[in-house]
Amino acid sequence: MAHFDEKAKPFSHKWLNERMAVDTVKKVLSTEYWIPKDINFLWAMGMILAATFGLLIISGIFLLMYYQPSVSGAFDSVNHTIMSEVGFGWLWRHIHGVAASVVFLVIYIHMFTGIYYGSYKRGREMIWLSGMLLFVLFSAEAFSGYMLPWGQMSYWAGMVITNLFEGFSPTIAGGVANFPGFVEWLRGDYVPGQAFLTRFFMLHVFLLPLVIIAVIVLHFATLRIPHVNNQHGKEIDFDEAAKLYKEGKKKESKVIPFNPVFLSKDIFVMGVYFILFFYLVFFHFDFAMDPVNFDPADGLKTPAHIYPEWYFLWSYEILRPFNKDLGLIAFGFAQVAFFLLPFLDKSPVVAPANKRGLFKVWFWVMIVDMIVLTVMGKLPPEGIWTIIGLIAALVFIALFVALPFITKFEKKA
Amino acid sequence: MSNRRDFMGMALGSFAALGALGALYAAKRTWDPLPSVKSAGFTTIDLSPAQENVLVTEKWRGKPIFILKQPANAPKSDREIHVAGGRYLVVVGLCTHLGCIPAYLADKKQFKCACHGGEFDSLGVNTFGPPPRPLDIPPFKISGTSVILGETGPEYEKMLAAGLTLKV
Repeated sequence: MAHFDEKAKPFSHKWLNERMAVDTVKKVLSTEYWIPKDINFLWAMGMILAATFGLLIISGIFLLMYYQPSVSGAFDSVNHTIMSEVGFGWLWRHIHGVAASVVFLVIYIHMFTGIYYGSYKRGREMIWLSGMLLFVLFSAEAFSGYMLPWGQMSYWAGMVITNLFEGFSPTIAGGVANFPGFVEWLRGDYVPGQAFLTRFFMLHVFLLPLVIIAVIVLHFATLRIPHVNNQHGKEIDFDEAAKLYKEGKKKESKVIPFNPVFLSKDIFVMGVYFILFFYLVFFHFDFAMDPVNFDPADGLKTPAHIYPEWYFLWSYEILRPFNKDLGLIAFGFAQVAFFLLPFLDKSPVVAPANKRGLFKVWFWVMIVDMIVLTVMGKLPPEGIWTIIGLIAALVFIALFVALPFITKFEKKA
Repeated sequence: MSNRRDFMGMALGSFAALGALGALYAAKRTWDPLPSVKSAGFTTIDLSPAQENVLVTEKWRGKPIFILKQPANAPKSDREIHVAGGRYLVVVGLCTHLGCIPAYLADKKQFKCACHGGEFDSLGVNTFGPPPRPLDIPPFKISGTSVILGETGPEYEKMLAAGLTLKV
């Protein structure tokens, strides 16, 4: 049996250490969790995401105290009760709305940083996959939250997105991939109604956040052994670098401890970020509040032009230019394409994209294409916009099909 | 020894799997539409006040229902419902692509969906864009000058058998 000092004061450091090995835990997770020095501000995005998620939880708790998940009361509980009766209710709503939008901007920066520096391969595959899983979960969380104010955009987004689960047309392969009943089961009604609103409310405030928190823990865990990447994709001998650092040769060592050194830099970037964030919350919250959603839900009137929030526009645009069945295939492809990145990239080289030959072109074409898709997704499906959208969608698919060949070629070079 | 352990493991595993299956079934049934939702799904609509080429929108199971009286000189179609000498198009007013409500342009005799640009003619047949099939015809039964939506009459059965609509 382990040795317990009977004279140790309850809850003293020694007492806790004997029972919970707090010193070891602290070392492993914080003071001897080594981070390379060769990084830049883009390495702070992870902690910025964690902090923004924290803000979403805190603001969400306050909104939850007055929100009413009923088709007759939801709209007023948000737009009247929370906005004009509850003291500072507007603050929580605007923090929640702005954070929900900005969190996706930071997710995309975080993702594209990972792609640019090759941080998804050679031991870091699980980091990438758990991160992509978080992206999907955040998307589901954003969608379910968008239902709750029960405005016109909530209703019609709910209608269109749940209809996607109908699957392919009954004429395709004898209708094996056609599930019309599944849509009604998902909604609990023929159209989005009370059952739909309450179940998405449950998903938004309980089940999805719970799963998200679990996957964030997994995401952190996948990072611990391979460590974060660095600006040049160099393989670092962490044991040797750590030894130097602990001997006091901090200048010669290639690493710094996560806490307090890396974290203090993170907090500086977070400070800059929060200045921008709260500027948006107090002076420009309207960008995250679609005016159409300030009309109450009406099942007999589709808004003249419906579109998703900006962060879903690119995948929406990949669906839109095709007929229903092809559109569904293209949309499905867009959802899984990024998951497959570690396996589509056949090159063992971990380096910034600009030092990787053709991959440099691939990366920047991908970024530009995503931006074009995003812009086209917002424009009405007419004339030249439809054609540009179709080309951009085809380019997106071609990029991921071409990636294995481009990266294989790189190996020989 | 190992056999005994295997048996215990399998017994535990089977009971746990049985419980999990039961729980899954209960969860599935909990998500089903409620009986009250299903039983409210019948609506009677009188077609006689409708005027030629003027769209009337009614509601059935929360969905918009389009009623369009066809002009006397319009070509005949199997998709029409004949009531008291009039010819009517009665369809679910949701685009068969992803479920937006198309608008009726009376001058062009055309339905147009703003969401993804789909178009249908005045008989609800898809003519352009992503919609995979014509506008769906709801189950109906003719009763005098009215149709009862949600019930199935012989005219509807015939349309369904001819593949003119999906079951909605």
